[in-house]
Amino acid sequence: MNKGTGGGAIAAGYSLLFFAFLFGPLIIMVITAFNSSSFPRITPWECFTTEWFDELFGNERLMAGLVNSVIIGVGVVAISVPVGLAGALALSEVGPKVRAALYTVLITPILIPGVVLGISTIVFWGGLGRSVGADYGSIFFDGMFLTLAGQVTFIAAYAMLVFLARLQRFDPTLTEAALDLGATPGQAFRKILLPFLSPAIGSAAFLTLLASFENYNTTVFTILSGNTFTTTLASKVRHGTDPSLSALAVIIIAVTLIGAMVHEAHTRRAEVMRTGQAARSKVYGNPVLSVLAHPVMVLVLLVAMGGGLAYKASQHDARACKQQILDDKRALQEKLLEEQRERIRAQKAATPAPAAPSSGPAPSSFGGAFNPGSLAPGSAPAPAAPATPKTPSGFGGAFAPGSLKPN
Amino acid sequence: MTTKDIVLDHVSIRFGSYTAVDNAHLTIRGGEFFSFLGPSGCGKTTLLRCVSGFSEPTEGRVLIGGSDMKGVGPNKRPTALIFQNLALFPLMSVADNIAFPLEVRGISKKQRRKRADELLDMIALPGVGDKKVHELSGGQRQRVAIARALAVEPDILLLDEPLSALDLKLRHHMRTELRAIQQRVGLTFIYITHDQGEALTMSDRVAVMNSGVIEQIGDPESIYNRPKTSFVASFVGETNAIEGKVVLQAGEIVTLETPVGHLQGKAAGGRRYKNGDPCYLFIRPEQLEVKSGLEAPNTIAASVVKEEFEGSARILFLKANGIDMRITRVNRGASDALANGQALVCAFDPDHATVLPHGPLAGA
Repeated sequence: MNKGTGGGAIAAGYSLLFFAFLFGPLIIMVITAFNSSSFPRITPWECFTTEWFDELFGNERLMAGLVNSVIIGVGVVAISVPVGLAGALALSEVGPKVRAALYTVLITPILIPGVVLGISTIVFWGGLGRSVGADYGSIFFDGMFLTLAGQVTFIAAYAMLVFLARLQRFDPTLTEAALDLGATPGQAFRKILLPFLSPAIGSAAFLTLLASFENYNTTVFTILSGNTFTTTLASKVRHGTDPSLSALAVIIIAVTLIGAMVHEAHTRRAEVMRTGQAARSKVYGNPVLSVLAHPVMVLVLLVAMGGGLAYKASQHDARACKQQILDDKRALQEKLLEEQRERIRAQKAATPAPAAPSSGPAPSSFGGAFNPGSLAPGSAPAPAAPATPKTPSGFGGAFAPGSLKPN
Repeated sequence: MTTKDIVLDHVSIRFGSYTAVDNAHLTIRGGEFFSFLGPSGCGKTTLLRCVSGFSEPTEGRVLIGGSDMKGVGPNKRPTALIFQNLALFPLMSVADNIAFPLEVRGISKKQRRKRADELLDMIALPGVGDKKVHELSGGQRQRVAIARALAVEPDILLLDEPLSALDLKLRHHMRTELRAIQQRVGLTFIYITHDQGEALTMSDRVAVMNSGVIEQIGDPESIYNRPKTSFVASFVGETNAIEGKVVLQAGEIVTLETPVGHLQGKAAGGRRYKNGDPCYLFIRPEQLEVKSGLEAPNTIAASVVKEEFEGSARILFLKANGIDMRITRVNRGASDALANGQALVCAFDPDHATVLPHGPLAGA
């Protein structure tokens, strides 16, 4: 923070808010994954537990969906990256007029809503299947195949954009030089263009894998009766959530963090090696630290650390704590009941009304309205009146019949 | 005819209705240092790409070593091109760059390395083989590009303005070096440049191009001293161009009537003029002398506009009846400096002035 450039307390406060906004939800989600409360929340804190991870891995539908997602993801990468590369190469070879038209055509799938893509994929392949007389067991009606086909239509365009950006920085005279020096066009492609594109191939593969994995709009249609990780998660959230989703978030965040740290270690090392300052560097000049800072070593250490933590946590037994919580809850319940009984007794003594004492302790949200005794003759307009103050209703007894009684 | 000969047989290259090269017809002899000199856009690079195989002539033939190169790709021709930006492969080490032509020909790694080291010795850069290209200086990269082109011993080396990215000192140094390398390896060098200094100092012969047409082919001296067209006269070297009409021709000496009086010059190539023909008289700045009095003929009365000091020489800018002129005078001390606005007379020997028919001038 430089005061001269408008830094200071306001800037610091703003930064703090900004980062809280960014990372707050993530931090809260991570914490909820370890709370034994059956609803994802931090307060009241009950017990530290790792049972939600067991719950997550025990969910067979989710795990089956995960396997499907991985298979589809790998398939999408394997098809989208070469297709995207071919599209980008074609675009960089043709003249400016054809390029503009071709670019629009190739980029259109990204602009079309995923829902439309999903439906049209089913309609197209279904129609094709029926026209060749295929039955419903054939590939044209297979959810996995349709999802692969549907996702590739637009994810290949993402890959193409990545390659286009990289190709713009490619000097075409390098290919010409290779040809001039005796390379065949194939050799020039393999030895000059492909090595130049290798970072883009990596990012395109990563991007397409993520895009495939997280896709919902298209997949929810094309997967038909099957399910992927994402569609299972969506239906799970719709039917009520529990902290096993937070547990999933913890795993995803951990994987992302490890990936980011390994990548950072790799980048820094590559930069130092490239500028040839390894010998002078404090970290890379030291034989021990140099080994420790190697990206592979960083990966091994982080995975070992994560694995160790996971193992330690899995040994944690929350049963005693949970039993304690349960006992506490029961004791509280017992105490409340006892207080209620006291009050009823006191009220009975004060007003000898023909009340129905049975309705008093009923822990019903309806204030005992459904109590059979309340319909008994002689049980006056507000038979449950004495019970209402203690009713554990979410509405604080506002709807209790007794609350309208002129007291 | 040797394998290093190149014949351009009535070569024309057109892009749609635009003619980039118009009927180029010449023979480049084996072992010659041949330059194409012309302003940017004159078609010289197009012609070079045609020789190296990146494009085919629209008309005519390109023959290398006597065989027609039609349909022969750049990777099959005995030529090696050095690109304007050098086109060294940035992801490879210097040695891998130099050995690339051997790699694509399936030569073993050990032999490649040996050849790369030999070539590095030849270009006086031993021991840089394991460096990356970006770690080298401009001049070093230049030499690496040459070494890479020479790795498989081509018959012809094509150079597309390879010195244009270097600073002046290095450029002068590389001129000498290129010429030395050419004489050592004995290859045919075809050199493309818009820098007349480069073309004149290095070449055995120079072809001056303008708007796709080869205007003149000759050795540097004849190009400079005996230009055949007004474009060549004005493009190669500094010159003063004075427009006029022929009033008399006596043998080689032609008298012109110009805005600054009657002037005499030599008719280039023994050309005959009719009286009244529109012509240019070209006189080099170093051939003009400042005189004290009017001595007819071939004197021009002018006034000094300004004087530029260049160290070894002073350049005197004059105005004579609306015509801008310049004189280069060897610096012999401060005493001969002239004041702005001062009137003077300059004169020249008719043998040193060239009379050429009216035509386009360079930069006009």
